[in-house]
Amino acid sequence: MTSYFLQRLIQSIAVLLAVSVVVFFAVYGIGDPIELLVPPQASAAERLALIKRLGLDQPVWSQYFTFLGNALSGNLGTSFVHGVPVVSLILGRLPATLELVLLSMITATVVSVPLGLYAGLNPDSRPSRIIMAGTVIGFSLPSFWKGMMLVLLFSVWLGWLPTAGRGETVTALGMQTSLFTLDGLKHLILPTLNLAIPNTVLMVRLIAAGAAEATTQDYVKFARAKGISRRRIVRRHILRTILIPVVTVVGIEFGSLVAFSTITETVFSWPGMGKLLIDSIYQLDRPVVVAYVMLTTLLFVGVNLLVDVLYAALDPRVKLSGGMT
Amino acid sequence: MSKPGLPVPAYADTPLRRRVLKVIRSRPTLRGAAILLGVMVLLAVLAPFIAPQNPYDLATLNMMDNRLPPGAAAMSGATYWLGTDAQGRDMISAILYGLRTSLLVGLLSTGGAMLIGITAGLFAAQIGGAVDAIIMRIVDFMLGFPSILVALVLLASVGRGIDKVILAIIVVQWAQYARLMRASALVERRKEYIEAAVNFGLPTRHIMLAHLLPNSVGAVLVVSTISVASAITLEATLSFLGVGVPVTQPSLGLLIANGFEYLLSGEYWIAVFPGIALVLLIMSLNFVGDRLRRSFNVRASS
Repeated sequence: MTSYFLQRLIQSIAVLLAVSVVVFFAVYGIGDPIELLVPPQASAAERLALIKRLGLDQPVWSQYFTFLGNALSGNLGTSFVHGVPVVSLILGRLPATLELVLLSMITATVVSVPLGLYAGLNPDSRPSRIIMAGTVIGFSLPSFWKGMMLVLLFSVWLGWLPTAGRGETVTALGMQTSLFTLDGLKHLILPTLNLAIPNTVLMVRLIAAGAAEATTQDYVKFARAKGISRRRIVRRHILRTILIPVVTVVGIEFGSLVAFSTITETVFSWPGMGKLLIDSIYQLDRPVVVAYVMLTTLLFVGVNLLVDVLYAALDPRVKLSGGMT
Repeated sequence: MSKPGLPVPAYADTPLRRRVLKVIRSRPTLRGAAILLGVMVLLAVLAPFIAPQNPYDLATLNMMDNRLPPGAAAMSGATYWLGTDAQGRDMISAILYGLRTSLLVGLLSTGGAMLIGITAGLFAAQIGGAVDAIIMRIVDFMLGFPSILVALVLLASVGRGIDKVILAIIVVQWAQYARLMRASALVERRKEYIEAAVNFGLPTRHIMLAHLLPNSVGAVLVVSTISVASAITLEATLSFLGVGVPVTQPSLGLLIANGFEYLLSGEYWIAVFPGIALVLLIMSLNFVGDRLRRSFNVRASS
């Protein structure tokens, strides 16, 4: 177990390094932020001073090593636009994104487990067919358009919910959160729903397929032959087997939820990390883009590592031998 | 139930009656989806001939006609059945041309990704060893990240444009084809006819191109329909985020993005109608693709 963990840890670090090279050269190699940041009336000397201050006069590879050295000490650079360290800038936006991601993860799980179980155990009933058809529709709706339609329906036409922003926030555990005010909760509903739908759909399909397959297995047939109640079979035997793919999805999708929150945050003007990324791309604020990618990679790699270890702990049959995903 | 020559579907241990019912039930939706898809492709191809207006030709647009609701009359007396956008473009024409752009990006990027993925997968399977290890490490690496994020960062550094969007989608999609191609080529390589070809002393190139490729490419072709749908979704999302196709050649995604700012004031049609077109396109592709995949029993790597 320890050697497996170490092996995965080394792999994870290699991935981080590879990403840092690719992203740094992709983002720094092309485009010129100076044109954007220097006021048109600035003198040549002011221009040079800014270039020097941002380190843009150095060759790209030397900029990279400076970047890497600083990164190891937790400094990913300073935002061209905001003039503050990018790590604190991004971490400052993290609570808003995490709030959204965690809440939609919980929503997806709570909704999909009963729906998926029902559809998997009664595959030919009418409600099951409606559920499964619904998943195809939910799967096909592009996230941004779905978000806009939610706004149109619940905010513009019905006037029930606000269209944008976080609403009133309070400080809890040292973070700003919308969870504890009525206004904040109202602002949370639509973005959470929008972010939760793709995962709900995916999990319903996984759980339904898993449950349908489990009912044909010998251990379920045996349990039934023993006269164990259907309810107990579902809870003790079926639910357990389908837990493994669900945990994997929750883990892997956590990363893509953070990525997808970019879209939802843009639609709902939610001041999280994703909105910051989009704004920074528009403003050619390269350190923010690079740092965002590095931090999300760190998050992905960390979550993947955690899922693999958890997976191995949940299912002893899993061979503890490498494999990156 | 399956046509002769097709492999038996995976759900072989469900009772026959249920299987038959399942296929019968699903046929009407499948046929509907296939017809819808055909109609949409036809509309996209014929757009220049059937669109009431050329939305790229600024001379034909009348700014006085901007943001008219569906069914409103134009200055010229014609009717805008789906309304107009902020530039006074007829929404029907804009949607028809947008459909063209979306389909073009979807098909070209899927084609490119397939070409690269099939080549990489074939080489990995045939040569093996270090080449295989390197290619599959890169594939694992690529598949470890959400495609939207990779494409977003890529386009953020190269700028917007139809060619660049296609390139970005190819970069994020080739890896899944490579993995699928390698898997099915590895299975195929163990078969006797390949062994026979090797023992005949046929050149490796000949074996790869004439035997391995045609016999293992099926799985890749089957999942490609769904990939076109995800490529189109990706392009629409990128365009919505402002890093996709240029404003001069709007895809459905960009039309929706343009309508977003007017949505809050209740001018819904600019964002809603292109969105419906986009969803119908994606949904019909997904329905047809899913059915194809299931009847050929190919598991797509997610």
